[in-house]
Amino acid sequence: MTGPLLSVRDLAVTVTTRREVVRAVRGISFDIGADEAVGFVGESGSGKSITAKALMRLAPEGTAIALTGSIALRGQDILGLGEAEMRGLRGRRIAMVFQDPMTSLNPVMSIGAQMGDMLRRHLALSGRAARERGIELLDLVGIPDAARRIDDHPHQFSGGQRQRILIAIAISCEPDLLIADEPTTALDVTVQAQILRLLLRLREERGMALMLITHDFGVVAGMVDRVNVMYRGEIVESGPVGQVFAEPQHGYTRALLDAVPRLQGTAG
Amino acid sequence: MSAPEMLRPPQDVPQPVLQVRDLSVLFPARRGGVAVRAVERLSFDIAPGQTLGLVGQSGSGKTTAGRAILQLQKADGGSVRLLGRELTTMRAGELRRMRRHMQFVQQNPYSSLHPRLTIGQVLSEPLQVHRAVPANRMRERVAELLELVNLDPAMMRRYPHEFSGGQRQRVVIARALAVNPDFLVCDEPVSALDVRTQAQIVALLQSLQERLKLSYLFIAHDLAIVREMAHRVAVMFRGRIVEMGTADQVYESPGHPYTRLLLDAVPVPDPALQRERLRRAPPDMRFLEGDGGGCIFGLDHAGAGTAEWHELAEGHGVSCRYWPQKAASAPGHI
Repeated sequence: MTGPLLSVRDLAVTVTTRREVVRAVRGISFDIGADEAVGFVGESGSGKSITAKALMRLAPEGTAIALTGSIALRGQDILGLGEAEMRGLRGRRIAMVFQDPMTSLNPVMSIGAQMGDMLRRHLALSGRAARERGIELLDLVGIPDAARRIDDHPHQFSGGQRQRILIAIAISCEPDLLIADEPTTALDVTVQAQILRLLLRLREERGMALMLITHDFGVVAGMVDRVNVMYRGEIVESGPVGQVFAEPQHGYTRALLDAVPRLQGTAG
Repeated sequence: MSAPEMLRPPQDVPQPVLQVRDLSVLFPARRGGVAVRAVERLSFDIAPGQTLGLVGQSGSGKTTAGRAILQLQKADGGSVRLLGRELTTMRAGELRRMRRHMQFVQQNPYSSLHPRLTIGQVLSEPLQVHRAVPANRMRERVAELLELVNLDPAMMRRYPHEFSGGQRQRVVIARALAVNPDFLVCDEPVSALDVRTQAQIVALLQSLQERLKLSYLFIAHDLAIVREMAHRVAVMFRGRIVEMGTADQVYESPGHPYTRLLLDAVPVPDPALQRERLRRAPPDMRFLEGDGGGCIFGLDHAGAGTAEWHELAEGHGVSCRYWPQKAASAPGHI
């Protein structure tokens, strides 16, 4: 048996803004297997998004971050890489889908141009091959009439479609790990279900690892194998998803689960 | 219940706080486009001390409906009666005086408080505008309001940025309550908050309703939150109410296919069940693309001049629009 795809040990992240210095992540350790889906659940400020950004060595806008500990991707320590090597890794081996598709897409570039950018850079595809691959990917994520729509701009798509496009871009270079940070929070409930189905299907078809970050226990429920619950920069509980839901050990996990509003008195 | 009580005529039922009839809002055509019917013939009542939950996806018209009821958005037809008085034809001065009976709690507690005003100033403003208390009682009333929403009165000297999202939303609620309103429109009041904070704000709104006999129109896209808050629920789709009933009726025995679609899409916090649901074939939503043409039950509403509305049970009805065609012959619930 080979080791995990991603192995994080004693990761601490200090975020420096103009006003303050925050210890956002305080020494966390976790693994993600090559075909595993792991959920990170916590409230705002728990450090879950910062953890995801740290894996790609990205700082939240307007801040600087300092990382200690180790992040190993297939045994290679990411913290030791130079910025040029990191650029080769981002999007290629670890890709990310964010909450708000409108701010993650460039409003003045066509979808095709944005997809082509990534494909030419990482996979050295020609312009024509990149366009064909782009159409295939849009089709794969369920954008109807992909061959025509690839020349449209972000504002010409609905919110759900924009999220599908971001997912198409994220998986375009067949990354080993897809990080989805609140991928459905801004979406309506029927669209949310569509996006979750899409992520589940892509993960299973492509054998890609998934790190799903959300505040919503309902969203992680059907999607992941294991859950890490984060609170104030620490992982306070970690376990198989069924076990964490059925027998939460930490008081904070119980409080989060109790606060989830339910449609029915009994699960049904 | 004794016989005379049962025979009591309907006039004795407490008068609704809010009565909305055939309320419509039309957004005029933008260049090259067509006019949009944002809200189409909405009708409902809200009884004293009760909550009507208004659910629907973004763009369904629920926020526009809330604004039209508060007369913040011009209606193109229909009637809105608050405490028995018609608002849509009311003159500006009179409407201003009526505003103390109806208040608005909006979604974002970060942008709805002025950053340069102290909490005390924020809460004094409506009291001054409506001359609700004399100047020498102002501080006392502001302290009372903060206590009402479980905040420390000492907070009145501080600024919004010093507070968490949940505390700010409490301030927004206190501001709405300053003038002793009878009716609140709460538009997504908890959607920007963390799940534990959401639960606290929902509990606060419920206890305030009980103590102050408030009526709420509670607008939200989150069906589970509405389930906790609402006595009655209306489901909106493309500007129309497609189903309305008690919360139990709508959630336990939904009649309209759109309502069922929404309820089925809500993730359940049960890993095995939720995974099984995600693996099922996705629902066919094509029936929502048209409006279904005529009445699904085969009635000629236009000819007969009747509303496109069908009672499933007492107090529980559905619209005959937006049904899949194949259901036309035998809608199971009717």
